[in-house]
Amino acid sequence: MRTNLFSKLPATAFSVLLALSLGACGGSSEPAATEDTSAQTTEATEAADAATTTDAGTTAETTSTAADATAMTYADYAAAAVDDPVTIEAYVQGKQAWWENKASLYLQDKDGGYFAFETACTEDDYAKLTDGIKVKVSGYKGNFNGEDEVIDGSFVIEDDGDTYVAEAVDVTDKLGSDELVNYMNQKVAFTGLTVAASEDPDGNEVAFLYNYDGSGSQGDDLYFNVSDGTNTYSFTVESYLCDKDSDAYKAVEALKVGDTVDLEGFLYWYEGANPHITKVTVK
Amino acid sequence: MMKTNRIRRVAILLALLCCVVGLAGCHGSSDTTAFEAPETWDASKSYKLTFWAKNDTNKTQTKIYEKAIADFETLYPNIDVTMKLYTDYGKIYNDVITNIATNTTPNVCITYPDHIATYLTGENVVVPLDDLMANERYGLGGSELAFDGPTQDEIVPEFLQECVLANSHYALPYMRSTEVCYINKTFVEKLGYKLPDVLTWDFIWEVSEAATKKNADGTYAVNGQQVMIPFIYKSTDNMMIQMLRQCGGGYSTDTGEIEIFNDDTRSILKTTASHAQTGAFSTFKISGYPANFLNAGQCIFAIDSSAGSTWMGSDAPLVDIAEDKLVQFETAVRMVPQYDTAQPKMISQGPSVCVFNKEDPDEVMASWLFAQYLLTNEVQCAYAQTEGYVPVTTKAHESDEYQAYLDAAGTDNDLHYQVKIDATKVLLENAENTFTTPVFNGSTSLRDAAGQLVENTTKSSRRKEKIDDAYLDALFDDVSALYHLDQIGGTMAIGDKAALGPLPRASIILIVCLVVAWIGIGAVALRDKLRSRQT
Repeated sequence: MRTNLFSKLPATAFSVLLALSLGACGGSSEPAATEDTSAQTTEATEAADAATTTDAGTTAETTSTAADATAMTYADYAAAAVDDPVTIEAYVQGKQAWWENKASLYLQDKDGGYFAFETACTEDDYAKLTDGIKVKVSGYKGNFNGEDEVIDGSFVIEDDGDTYVAEAVDVTDKLGSDELVNYMNQKVAFTGLTVAASEDPDGNEVAFLYNYDGSGSQGDDLYFNVSDGTNTYSFTVESYLCDKDSDAYKAVEALKVGDTVDLEGFLYWYEGANPHITKVTVK
Repeated sequence: MMKTNRIRRVAILLALLCCVVGLAGCHGSSDTTAFEAPETWDASKSYKLTFWAKNDTNKTQTKIYEKAIADFETLYPNIDVTMKLYTDYGKIYNDVITNIATNTTPNVCITYPDHIATYLTGENVVVPLDDLMANERYGLGGSELAFDGPTQDEIVPEFLQECVLANSHYALPYMRSTEVCYINKTFVEKLGYKLPDVLTWDFIWEVSEAATKKNADGTYAVNGQQVMIPFIYKSTDNMMIQMLRQCGGGYSTDTGEIEIFNDDTRSILKTTASHAQTGAFSTFKISGYPANFLNAGQCIFAIDSSAGSTWMGSDAPLVDIAEDKLVQFETAVRMVPQYDTAQPKMISQGPSVCVFNKEDPDEVMASWLFAQYLLTNEVQCAYAQTEGYVPVTTKAHESDEYQAYLDAAGTDNDLHYQVKIDATKVLLENAENTFTTPVFNGSTSLRDAAGQLVENTTKSSRRKEKIDDAYLDALFDDVSALYHLDQIGGTMAIGDKAALGPLPRASIILIVCLVVAWIGIGAVALRDKLRSRQT
């Protein structure tokens, strides 16, 4: 019996190994989860590329680090020309996106608002950027279709216990005026506006559109019109800032033409005021 | 004793057989056998096809695809096509890559040859179309087709040639566009210049510099506004690629040897930098959409795709700026500026359509029929009219419907918008002057690097940095490292697998198990042989 057992052992062992081999190479015949997996793939690839970008320190990128530079006042920043080097000290009010080791941030101090576009930022640092935390950002002043930005920047967190979360300033009465641009990138509020109809690609009147022309689907930016009784304005829920699971996104999807709403958000600029809405209250 | 030996041998043979079966099974889990066109296509079977496409955030394009599918399904009731729409080609590419591993690619996909080059790193993933195209019954113009598709001779040869990778056609062209220069002709003439039929780089730089002149109050003389960026380029990768091709400068070899870091590139960058420094030139990435500046009278030369023509001009059907900022001017359209006007060269771009391999050759044949259907006049003419695209077949160009569309240029500011049809005509009249860049594993990175060179130099110049050879040496090193161009170096021809990365853990386990199994089998066989000698 013992001899038989030993004579069977090799074949048994090899069978087990082969079974393991087959198990290892077995592929699912189910379709891959395309959307989710691709997002992960993209993120991983982009993160790797971004790491290289940072290491390489491309020639036109930031020439001074935020830690070394002295911060300027908001007035000096506002007066700086496009392409001037700038350093600002401000408090995080909103995080729009992180990708390729870069973050886009809404910042504000007691004097004004800033938008740091794709500033160098590790994923770990991005997680540390809670509302109100103070950062110093060095980069260059840029302007993209009207939007003032700090571009090609880097930042340091100044975690000295000094925090500031701005109150949204009501600019409803500034809508349509030249004065509104002074609030660019600040946290702002609009009160008592009425949802006006948008027209979808089929000519139907709707309360909102996915993408500016209704060509998108859930998950894309939302566009909706509001009226102050005199003029109609286009507002946006930027999907990177408030995704489809956010309260603001869902609230806009539930809007009806004629609803009266109070809104809060950041005063982004694209060829004119293009508020990025973060809070919706239907009255 | 003999009986025991026989049992052992049988056991070993069985183990050996299992190994072979195991290896074969493993191979089959990730790869499909090469496609061979069946003698006859079984039209009695039902087929379910998936079609992945992009719609340019344009509902009209979506409707054209939907109609094409419905019409095709009417012709072939046994074929059911399900469409999945994407808003950018990068997402299609990512999803295809993800699904190659599980043999769940779509049947038909709108894509770019650069992407197909990557798909081809897997074996038998994309179907080579040469035999299918030549098939007398189901090929281009075949006798058994249920629709009036183009023959191979009726596909614009330059566009079809772009779909050749590794000496085989791996796609059919679907739509083509090129870059064109949208011009505020009113301002050009106000500055004292006459617009030539073919722009030169010298002309565009000279007029752009003239437009930077300011009034005493700081406004620009030509438009009286605070803002004027005379020349804005949307896609700086195309800018560098076309300038290099026009002046005979190196870019890459067909097999992927990188040639872009050369003296011609230096010269182009120094010239570009000198005009960026004066404010005569900027880019989309730095300043914003060229169309917005053009339409606001803040730009004179806006170079963008012919497929972006519906945004260009005072009467453009699509406008992204406030009505009170729109400026009335005469819009002219020209081919991109040239170094040698007698031998113009411009890039050809636009989507193609490829067919993915499947276990069932009949299913692939059904996919091929649908891919071909996208080249019928009905689809080509309808889709091309949604933007400044050009149909890829001469059959469509010469059709009454398409000729009537071209002839109606300027009769309205929507479907027949003059600027859109003018942009389309630039490509229609210059198909023989188009080119594409070589496709290889890594060609997408090289393209990105070409644009990065222009972007960085422009930014640095605007920031008053000195653009000299030392600067360009550092820039070349940075960009080469950023895009891993030093790792391409002619070793990444299509079919190479050098860029696939480390083996997955499951593969390592598989290999180790197989090696151990084979060693064990060999050891037992050897032991038995020795024992049999001893007895």
